[in-house]
Order: sequence, then C-alpha cells, then structure tokens
Amino acid sequence: MAKLPLDSDPESTAETKPASGHFSRRSFLSQLGAAGIVATAPPLLAAAPAIAAQEPAAAAAAGTVPLTLRVNGKAHTLHLDPRTTLLDCLRENLDLPGTKKGCDHGQCGACTVHVNGRRVNSCLSFAVMHAGDEITTIEGLGQPGHLHPMQAAFVEHDGYQCGYCTSGQIMSAVAVLKEPVGPSDDDVKNAMYGNICRCGAYPNIVAAVQSVRRSA
Amino acid sequence: MDAFQFIRAESLNSATKYGVGAKFVAGGTNLIDMMKLDVERPKVVIDINGLPIDKITVASNGGLVLGALARNADVAHHPAVQRDYAVLSQALLSGASPQLRNMATTGGNLLQRTRCPYFRDTAHACNKRESGTGCSAIGGHNRMLAVLGTSEHCIATNPSDQNVALTALEATIQIQGAGGNRTVPIHSFYRVPGVTPHIETVLQPGELITSVTLPPPVAGKSIYLKLRDRAAYEFALASAAVVIKLNGKRIDYARVALGGVGTKPWRSLEAEAVLHGAPADPVTFRRAAEAALKDAHPQSENGYKVELAHRCIIRALTTATQSV
Repeated sequence: MAKLPLDSDPESTAETKPASGHFSRRSFLSQLGAAGIVATAPPLLAAAPAIAAQEPAAAAAAGTVPLTLRVNGKAHTLHLDPRTTLLDCLRENLDLPGTKKGCDHGQCGACTVHVNGRRVNSCLSFAVMHAGDEITTIEGLGQPGHLHPMQAAFVEHDGYQCGYCTSGQIMSAVAVLKEPVGPSDDDVKNAMYGNICRCGAYPNIVAAVQSVRRSA
Repeated sequence: MDAFQFIRAESLNSATKYGVGAKFVAGGTNLIDMMKLDVERPKVVIDINGLPIDKITVASNGGLVLGALARNADVAHHPAVQRDYAVLSQALLSGASPQLRNMATTGGNLLQRTRCPYFRDTAHACNKRESGTGCSAIGGHNRMLAVLGTSEHCIATNPSDQNVALTALEATIQIQGAGGNRTVPIHSFYRVPGVTPHIETVLQPGELITSVTLPPPVAGKSIYLKLRDRAAYEFALASAAVVIKLNGKRIDYARVALGGVGTKPWRSLEAEAVLHGAPADPVTFRRAAEAALKDAHPQSENGYKVELAHRCIIRALTTATQSV
C-alpha cells in the first residue's frame, strides 16, 4: 500500500507556510486573533477604514494621555488609556513580549523591568507615570548572538525549566549586581525572593547569579 | 478597572486642590493593586512623582526628614537610617520584595491598606471597603487579623512594617492641604475602626503627606522583630519595634510598638510603663509583654496571636538589651 509522501502532508504544503518559512508562537497567535475578528465582527472592521480616513493619523482616542516613553534606548510617542500598566504597554503597545505577566499583582516578579536602572514590578505602575524615565526590558539587555553575561549564565547553569519567570529573574539578577547584596548564596536568595519560580529552578538560578558576580 | 482622569501634579499647591474621589499615586504598589480588584475606584488619579518631596535630609535639631516620595529601599539603605534608626531600616527590609521597595514610598506606606481577605474581595461584605455592609471577618477566616483595637465592625490589621517602626521612633507627619500645612504625631495619625472603619487616618480629602520627621536619635538600641508564616515576602503575624536605652542594668528609656496584631500601628504605652525604671531582665520583659496584650480581644482563629505577640516582645527586648 502506497504511503503519502511526507511533503504532500497538508500541514506542510508551501501554501500554508508564511513567507519567512516559520511561525513564531506570538505571530501565529496574533494572526489567529485577527482572523477571529474578521469572523465575528465584520461590520466593525468594515467601518474602521472610513473612520480612520476622517481622523488625523496621530489623533488620540477620548480619555487617552499623550506621552513619550523611552524603552531600551528608543523613544516611543504614544496615546494611552491611563489604565494601561507599564507591563501591558510594553507587551501590547510596543510589541515587547519578553516581559511576562504572571500574577499581575506584584507578587511573582515575572514582570520585572528596570526603570532608571532600578528593578520594579511593571504590573503595578501605570505607563503614563513614566514619561521621561529610562526603561530597560529583557529585549534591551541582550539578544541572541550578543547575550548579556547574566543571560548567558542562565543558559550555562540551566537556570530555568518552563522559562516563564526567566526574564523577570534575569532582570532582577542584573539589578542585584549593583545593589548592596552580600557575597553568600543566602544573600542572593534573599535578594531574589521577589521572583517566584514555580518550576523550582532556584539552585541553578543562584548558581547563575553567583557565577556572574564572581567573574565581575 | 474603572476609567479615571489622570493628572500629573506640577506643584504641591496644584496637587492638593482635588478632594473627594481623587487619589494620589506615588509608587502605585498598593493603589494600583486595589484598583485592579475594584477595591479602589478613584475618579481622578494625581501622579505626584514629579514633586520635589523625595529627599532624605538631616533636620536642624539633629533628626532626619524623610520626603514623602523617598522610596522604601532608599530609606532602608540610607547610612543615617542604618546608623541611628536601625529599627526603621530593619522594618522596611522585612517587608515586600526588593522590586516593591524600589517603588513604594514613605508616604504611600503610611497609607497602606489592610490585607484582610474580605476587604480585598468585593464579593464579601466589608465595613472598611463599603461602610455599613457588615464585617465578614468576624466569625470568618480571621487567622491573620487583629486582636488589639478591634470593634464589632472591623478587625482588619494594619499591614505595614514601616509604620510600626515609625511609631516606636515617635515620628511626626507633615501634611499639606488646601487649608495650609500641619504636623501630626504618628500616634495621633491613625484611628481605630470603631463605628467608622472606612476612616483610617486623620487626613482630610485633598491633603497630601509631604514628609515624615524622625526626632534626634536615642543613644540606645533599636530593633524590629517580625514573625510570619514564612521567612520572606510575607506580612507579619506579630511584630515588635523596640527602642531602648539602659542606665546600668535599669531601663532608662523604652518605646514599644507592635505590628500584625493591631488595627493600627500599635504603640504600647502599657508595656513602656512597665519597662521604665525596671531592671532589664526576663521578669520585666514578661510583665511588659502581658501588659501590652492585656486588652487583646481574640477572634475565632487568631487566639494564638496573644502568646505569639508576648514572645515577640520578650525576644525583641532580650535581643535589644543583650547587645547594648
């Protein structure tokens, strides 16, 4: 009995592949979301271009607040609903999804970013409070090919399992390098307790942080 | 979260012209958390982070002035605080997380709201959140809640560590409002719940805390001891802030404040009266601890707090006097 050749599998035909040859999870989900809007809300979508044509390009929606936000050395001009947290702004408005939303109540540390060089929980701050601040996210720390030493150390020491808390852990760990933290492993644990790891990768996280501190 | 008008305060005077329905935001760690829960629903949010009230300065009388916007981390690590007001540094570093301490401010921490689970859950009645609806904590899950200063309308605990230390240090609070400036001693700043649990301090609508002043340091020893369910990142079940000075083996000066057990940061004048002039020994410390808790009114699940607070006070006093 003849088997279907692998390349005729409908899942792998050229027509279903994106031009770049691969999907990222985020781009896939984004496209899925857009498709959902087409399917469920055609009147809104059809009306949108007409409204857009009447409005100046930079027009603000009612109740939004204008601000310039500096993230990873780049200025962004935005009009934001003041309810937008810094976390949601980074992820949804600026397409920087490296910062994660865990508890959204300042308890888990997954959303940790640097504001003017200090680590903070981005979920408990409104973005409009940060005009003029210098914000750094995991994307600004390093990228594949030129990782920050702390990112490289987390890879080297296997400082994660599922990876969801990792960007927050690394942002905290980089801040620890400049904070008054003693030399011992216990000192590191005490300095890192604002970042929860549900997988329990703590020993390897401590090892990663210590390796960078010792080589600094 | 309800929509609100966002205002960046350009000056102290412009910040204080809004009244009922407006909230100041500084660190945001408590307010924004509660706004997400619909526990706080301000119509106007005034961002005061641009105001020049963030400095820590030495006062002319040798005390220390903490600007209302001084961040908890900066206060905790300030050399003068660590040297002269160790109890405050220790209290701050025992609370929240490093990230939260980088955000939270001196003034905001003074106004930190209770962690009573019923206050934070709009599905339950709570006299503090919505006056007149009743108290779900009395007869409910009250293991974490207060045994001192309670009423039949509210048993919510004040959650702050900072405020317990500031109470033992006899800090004063500087306030600016549309009607002018005033200074309130911290022991007069908080109200017990009584029949109005929703009114927690003497602040009037629109009034802004601008600074907290610590009196000149006492030439003795001060410590903060916090007992909790886990060793980090948890609120106090019982805590004690002690400022104490010995003259030989006798106690010359003592200030005792408790956290985790009171509806407000709890100054114990009763414990201080026992300590003053008495020998610094275990008998005195036990008597002081019992005096501090003699009016305790335990609930269905928190009777253990009375003995826990006794032991917390005794251990804090023992530690503070051993190393003077």
